[in-house]
Amino acid sequence: MEIDAKMVEYVAELSKLRLSEDEKVLMQQDLTRVLQYMDILNSLDTSAVQPLTHVSGVENVLREDVAAGSFGRDKILQNAIAVEDGCFKVPQTVE
Amino acid sequence: MQQTAKELKAALAQGKTTAAAATAAYLEEISKYDGVYHAYNSINTAAVEDAARVDERLAEGLTGLLAGVPIAIKDNIATENLPTTCSSRILEGFMSPYNATVIEKLAEAGAVILGKANMDEFAMGSTTETSYTGITRNPWDENRVPGGSSGGSAAAVAAGLAPVALGSDTGGSIRQPCAYCGLTGIKPTYGAVSRYGLLAYGSSLDQIGPIAHNVEDCAAVLSVIAGYDEKDSTSAEGVQFDFAAALNDDLRGKKIGLPTNYLGEGLNPEIRAAILAACEKFTELGAEIEEFEMPMMEYAVPAYYIIASAEASSNLQRYDGIKYGYHPESFTDLEDLYLTTRSEGFGFEVKRRIMLGTFALSSGYYDAYYQKALKVRTLIRQAFDAAFAKYDAIISPVAPTTAPRLGESLSDPLAMYLSDIYTVSVNLIGIPAIALPCGFDSENMPIGMQLLGKAMSEETLVNLGYAYQQHTDWHLRTPELKTELNTEIEMQKEAE
Amino acid sequence: MAGYKNTGYEVVIGLEVHVELNTATKIFCNCSTEFGGLPNTHVCPVCSGMPGVLPVMNKQVLEKAIAAGIATNCTITQQCKFDRKNYFYPDLPKAYQTSQLYLPICRNGYLEIEGDNGPKKVRIHQIHMEEDAGKLSHDAKSGSTLIDYNRCGVPLLEIVSEPDMSSADEVLAYLEKLKSTMEYLNVSDCKMQEGSMRADVNLSVRRCGDPELGTRTETKNMNSFKAIARAIEAEIFRQIELIEDGGHVRQETRRWDDEKGVGYAMRSKENAHDYRYFPEPDLAPINISDEHLARVAATIPELPDQKQARYVEDFKLSAYDAAQLTRSRHLAGIFEQTVALCNLPKEAANFLLGDCMRLMNAEGREAADLTFSPERLAELLKLVAAGTINKTTAKAIFEKIYAEDIDPVAYVKENGLEMMSDDGELDSLIAGIIEANPKSVADYKNGKKAAVGFLVGQVMKATKGKADAGKVNAKLTELLNK
Repeated sequence: MEIDAKMVEYVAELSKLRLSEDEKVLMQQDLTRVLQYMDILNSLDTSAVQPLTHVSGVENVLREDVAAGSFGRDKILQNAIAVEDGCFKVPQTVE
Repeated sequence: MQQTAKELKAALAQGKTTAAAATAAYLEEISKYDGVYHAYNSINTAAVEDAARVDERLAEGLTGLLAGVPIAIKDNIATENLPTTCSSRILEGFMSPYNATVIEKLAEAGAVILGKANMDEFAMGSTTETSYTGITRNPWDENRVPGGSSGGSAAAVAAGLAPVALGSDTGGSIRQPCAYCGLTGIKPTYGAVSRYGLLAYGSSLDQIGPIAHNVEDCAAVLSVIAGYDEKDSTSAEGVQFDFAAALNDDLRGKKIGLPTNYLGEGLNPEIRAAILAACEKFTELGAEIEEFEMPMMEYAVPAYYIIASAEASSNLQRYDGIKYGYHPESFTDLEDLYLTTRSEGFGFEVKRRIMLGTFALSSGYYDAYYQKALKVRTLIRQAFDAAFAKYDAIISPVAPTTAPRLGESLSDPLAMYLSDIYTVSVNLIGIPAIALPCGFDSENMPIGMQLLGKAMSEETLVNLGYAYQQHTDWHLRTPELKTELNTEIEMQKEAE
Repeated sequence: MAGYKNTGYEVVIGLEVHVELNTATKIFCNCSTEFGGLPNTHVCPVCSGMPGVLPVMNKQVLEKAIAAGIATNCTITQQCKFDRKNYFYPDLPKAYQTSQLYLPICRNGYLEIEGDNGPKKVRIHQIHMEEDAGKLSHDAKSGSTLIDYNRCGVPLLEIVSEPDMSSADEVLAYLEKLKSTMEYLNVSDCKMQEGSMRADVNLSVRRCGDPELGTRTETKNMNSFKAIARAIEAEIFRQIELIEDGGHVRQETRRWDDEKGVGYAMRSKENAHDYRYFPEPDLAPINISDEHLARVAATIPELPDQKQARYVEDFKLSAYDAAQLTRSRHLAGIFEQTVALCNLPKEAANFLLGDCMRLMNAEGREAADLTFSPERLAELLKLVAAGTINKTTAKAIFEKIYAEDIDPVAYVKENGLEMMSDDGELDSLIAGIIEANPKSVADYKNGKKAAVGFLVGQVMKATKGKADAGKVNAKLTELLNK
């Protein structure tokens, strides 16, 4: 798989990463090399193989619907960029 | 101050020292040597008081293998009282509002946290060179890497700056630094140790495990941290390791598979020789070694990097500058806050994996990459299931080389990823593995081997490793430490 | 001209409805789901997306989702999993929403509604479980947005219909049916005003007979059934006008401003929809056994349609009255308990659909908020049936029952509201009225039959309303005709 500059920009946008021009070039090279190596997987016929998402075999992990007390707002907010009226505060979002 | 947890426990039991005195001694060693090795990101300045409280509990009858034993914690495990940074700028100074389950278990057992150990940023790397807080040096040779990503944890134990440590292993991050630093480490079965509070890299691959001088100490730490946790939905129920019965050197009837294709091209011949010598030792001890071909070997690294990067790309989205961690001083709007935070907060290797993972999940490529990797993962599991139908364990190298020199690895990401060829399968299929020293190369750098077992076979692996260490002394060797760097020699070398 | 309101166009509507489940705790942590509360006080490391946390699934969410699936005729996915939906927004602290894409819990169901042209099935494509996001409030003064994660992690069911509706009326019928079904199952309160039921409308139009579907828009942000109806009407005519003027409908997400009565396109990022779904590694797969399904199926109560049919059959109510009574589980419950106590179904229905509805509408109350006891209503109906009080008195007393749940028997006694049961007394009173109103009597005899009404009124007045007006009328007529 060849990664072009447009793909690098698209993926960077999805990842919310701003890359410098140098980084874009390097990223394009690195991703292309790595993905070309990964294409080795295509030599395996997996048409009849089920994907393995969970390795432990654990199923149906469910908890009772019983409420616990409040955790404490100060601890939740202690690392926030900005706080106002007990809320995290960020620049205005656009609709 | 090279001592095992077991030796320290004996000294405590005999009244030769106290937890507080032992802890103070480790803090002294850290202040003496960590300037050179940089095993720690942060030091628990209250460690002596914590230890004094454990001394009181010991006096009241507290027992247990880790009661009064100091321990280093990898900096991706959440602690309320010390920063948890993943060695990333994006979590600089982050104070977790809660403790990881393993931290709660250690506290209950009376272990004393010395500090948080350096690591590759978000555990992405195999040299600890991607750390935002600076490199860690290998105690066996300060010009070499300690391995990674749990390089700080390994360097701390190897340098005697902690008797034992916690690391985490997503693709070899406990085993490979152990191999590079002459230590013993266990990557437990997926689900054996709670991941609650482990800052996620690859959620379906990550496990916390012990790093120590020997198998017995590893078993002690693992027996404390393992067990079902209702806060972790992937936690296995009924995990209760009893290693006491496994600590013997009786290997009669044990069958170990040696995958000959693991010893082929690309493996350092000195490591190959050390592995074969270890096989002989196991034979001497009564185990049976059988050579076989392990299929799927070349597919593990690509499948692993797709899955790990994809999960990481999602796991690391929460670092957006709003709720915690690094945020830029100025930004124009929300989008700029996101972009600036993440671009300035993450290092390049992390960005590379986020990009790789995002690509593998993106519209139009999901089936060809992510889904494909998950299917290959099934095939890899089938291959290992077939092997474990025949063998109690598989013996394998940990890494193709001994510890590389600083600065050699990062420039070529593909080569770096390929060096994980012996370790990543274990994580892809969730089985346990133990890494332990089995020799030294001609430059006096440690060589490690690993033993792989089927899910929940930790007791068997401990038995094998313990027996081996009863009859070898690789794990007893310790490096000579430096109190300051000889920069002249380094500069000379660089000039050459 | 044929088509929607003679426009020559057909309308195609599908709905994505979110209902908040009424569990005690959030879907993946044990924080309370209680509505209101100071910002970020029903929040823990898990639902605020702190580094290192892991989700643990709430058992009740699964039970309620299965029940909702069975009640909407869905196939339950017995091997189901969660997936992550990845996108950045401040109301989503992990920057992914744990939801279901690949193996949703319910698929291929339907609800029956009364459509524009008779009964109709609206197919349900799927129902999936997911977590709600936090609440953002915009502070225009400081140009900032404040984030409260109290709602973050509250369990939701997203119910996705097929595009089977073709008017606002059909959408409302579907929503009413969905709401009452969820309410009957005790799955959700479905209160649009509080946001526990939300609907996104996917709508397109096409010229009648055109085989191709038109380009659809998605309209969000309606917080009442009335607003949904208005938004749909407006969007239908906006699209038709666009096409008639030679333009094209753009595929876009629109926001409805109900105060202004207009919708407008939301600004969207080009790549916003590449959500990179993948199976959630932190949650174990769910395996629902046949026994488990049977166990949940056994808890499904009688649903509105079944109840309605039974009311017509057993209580001889009209289909309309039965439908009105069964729309709300709470109202149906009051009705059934009342009938069980007094066996007067028609009378009970009349009071509940007449006086009770009138009072509820005046106050904007929902049936769930009614506080009077069926025992009181049953006693009241028995008093009427026994002829102890007349209907006018009964209506007045019902208002007191509705408001204060008073005991009607005691109240009638204390206030002396019993009808005159002594015929002798009534006869002499009537005789007196006839004597005192010779003109009316003359009018009646001269053919003005309506005059009897005046005389009845006089008698009622003299008895302070305690006589049986029917009986008075009969007696008067008899006397006057002599």
